[in-house]
Amino acid sequence: MDVKYYLRERFFPHMWCAGCGHGIVLNSLVRAVDSLGLKKRDMVMVSGIGCSSRISGYVDFHSLHTLHGRALAFATGVKLSKPSLNVIVPMGDGDALAIGGNHFIHAARRNINITALVMNNRTYGMTGGQFSPLSGVGTKATTAPYNNIDREFDTVELATGAGATFVARTTVYHVKQLQSLIKKAISHEGFSVLEVLSQCPTYFGRKNRKGSAVDMLNSFKDGTVPVGSKKKQENPELIERGIFVEKQLPEYCDAYAELVERATAK
Amino acid sequence: MSKNITFVQGNEACALGAMYAGLDFYAGYPITPSTEIAETLAVTMPAAGKKFIQMEDEISSMCAIIGASLTGNKVMTATSGPGFSLMQEALGYAVMAEIPCVVANVQRGGPSTGNPTHVSQGDVNQARWGTHGDHSIVALSASNHQDVFRMTVEAFNIAETYRTPVILLFDEVIGHMREKLIIPQEGDIPRVARLRTSLKEGVNYHPYLPREDGRLPLSAFGDVHRFNVTGLYHDMWGFPTDKPDVVQELLRHQVDKIENNVHKMTFYKSYFLEDASVVLISYGSSARSALSVVKQRRNRGESIGLLELNTIWPFPAELVRECTQNAELVAVVEMNVGQLTQSVKLAVGSSKRVHLINRVDGQMINDKDIKKILRILQGRGI
Repeated sequence: MDVKYYLRERFFPHMWCAGCGHGIVLNSLVRAVDSLGLKKRDMVMVSGIGCSSRISGYVDFHSLHTLHGRALAFATGVKLSKPSLNVIVPMGDGDALAIGGNHFIHAARRNINITALVMNNRTYGMTGGQFSPLSGVGTKATTAPYNNIDREFDTVELATGAGATFVARTTVYHVKQLQSLIKKAISHEGFSVLEVLSQCPTYFGRKNRKGSAVDMLNSFKDGTVPVGSKKKQENPELIERGIFVEKQLPEYCDAYAELVERATAK
Repeated sequence: MSKNITFVQGNEACALGAMYAGLDFYAGYPITPSTEIAETLAVTMPAAGKKFIQMEDEISSMCAIIGASLTGNKVMTATSGPGFSLMQEALGYAVMAEIPCVVANVQRGGPSTGNPTHVSQGDVNQARWGTHGDHSIVALSASNHQDVFRMTVEAFNIAETYRTPVILLFDEVIGHMREKLIIPQEGDIPRVARLRTSLKEGVNYHPYLPREDGRLPLSAFGDVHRFNVTGLYHDMWGFPTDKPDVVQELLRHQVDKIENNVHKMTFYKSYFLEDASVVLISYGSSARSALSVVKQRRNRGESIGLLELNTIWPFPAELVRECTQNAELVAVVEMNVGQLTQSVKLAVGSSKRVHLINRVDGQMINDKDIKKILRILQGRGI
């Protein structure tokens, strides 16, 4: 395939730091879109504010770069007003789950057919390395110089509890799985959440002595296991990868179409 | 009698006006005293095959209508005080990204939770400057249901013509009062459709390059042209830039497209202004009381008149100057601490001639309130 067909080449090189994991998500995303045979004309990417959100400027789709935390709210308007469009919403951890947490759970509750990618690098990179709701207790950040005391969300549990009908997690180290899960998330009829662990060597890595980008990638390899693995039982610290939820429930735009039928019935 | 005569609340008149204007998509969150707009649309929109969604808050409501506008729809939300505060950031986004949309704010007492079930006109300047940064905005008002309907249609027309958000600044009395509304026939009020680009696929489309007449054709998401929309300063393709010349040009364009067309957006009514030595200026429900005073005093032979503004922003300074140039006394009747009075003073030029007649206790200002203050201003005592 020709990756460049899906990219706005004139904006390269991209603005992400050397060693950032977000470019791997972009690469996997366009490969997933290509292998699904989706037309660029039918694709809308809606993003908020942050490093991850800049991904929408690089893809040759209809692109809507919005406000911090509000991407899913804008996306809900796009999708419900034109359900034939394929709507993908990449978000950072702070964007999706701090300022955007309310929209995240309500989009999941509605089960509207939108693909939410949570690119989790455990920090606010754009503003210079503050702690996020996914940083975790004990981590260091510019706003947590004496170690963070804020407990973290588990994105998978939060999305599941809020009612998302497809919930998965992987990392940018596992590129084949990443591509495959993005495909499944896009194909799923309903609200899908894919958390992608991504490295920020510039801030999270440096503040927390995680080494180079390569070291951080290797930590994704060593620190994660497939869902249901025995290793997880022996070592609860390991993070599970794979599909956690995949079920069919009435999708919001479909339900609305049925509502219109009831309203217009004589 | 025609079946088009109804007896409705102002909020219903607003909803009916929006349907007449061609509303396709509504998103909102319940809040007093605007809720009946949503309740009316929740019935009428699905029955017409249109989209209605109740969102999780006012922030997301404002964001959702912007998203829906981009797929080629006429869109609206409605709210009151606290909800209007929550919408300010996304309202600014619509200014920056030049997205047509209509926001109704049925004003109640503030600040904060304030006086939710009572009238106020305290959001006049929030409508003007509520979102951060330099910008211009359009805000329309009405004192009766016929005008609520009409101004709602005009709000959609201005939004589509200038690719801008338009605020409908109503108030609790107008929203909840019931009176007669004659629903206009098809064609009675002109409707402006979305100006779409005629460029074919493969031809370079610039979503932010104004035509010679200043208008910007907008392609819909899902159509052949793929482009970027952002709240950052951007070039004619919609891509972010911080080049000083592009930033300045865009800011000037966004302000000038409103300020250079004030006369085209100015709606007003004048009563007995030709020979008036006392000019009252008012808007919304307080204009009803002001008109009552003018009629009573005219019957006694006093030279008093009323300028009722339906367009509040952009402020029609030239109109106000013309209507007040021969007046000895100008009094602004409003239910706030003098928010529009400031603009009237600037327009009149001589602030000594301009006075405020107000009421800020949650009760509607009535003719007695106005007459009392007017007598004092005229040196006649109570």
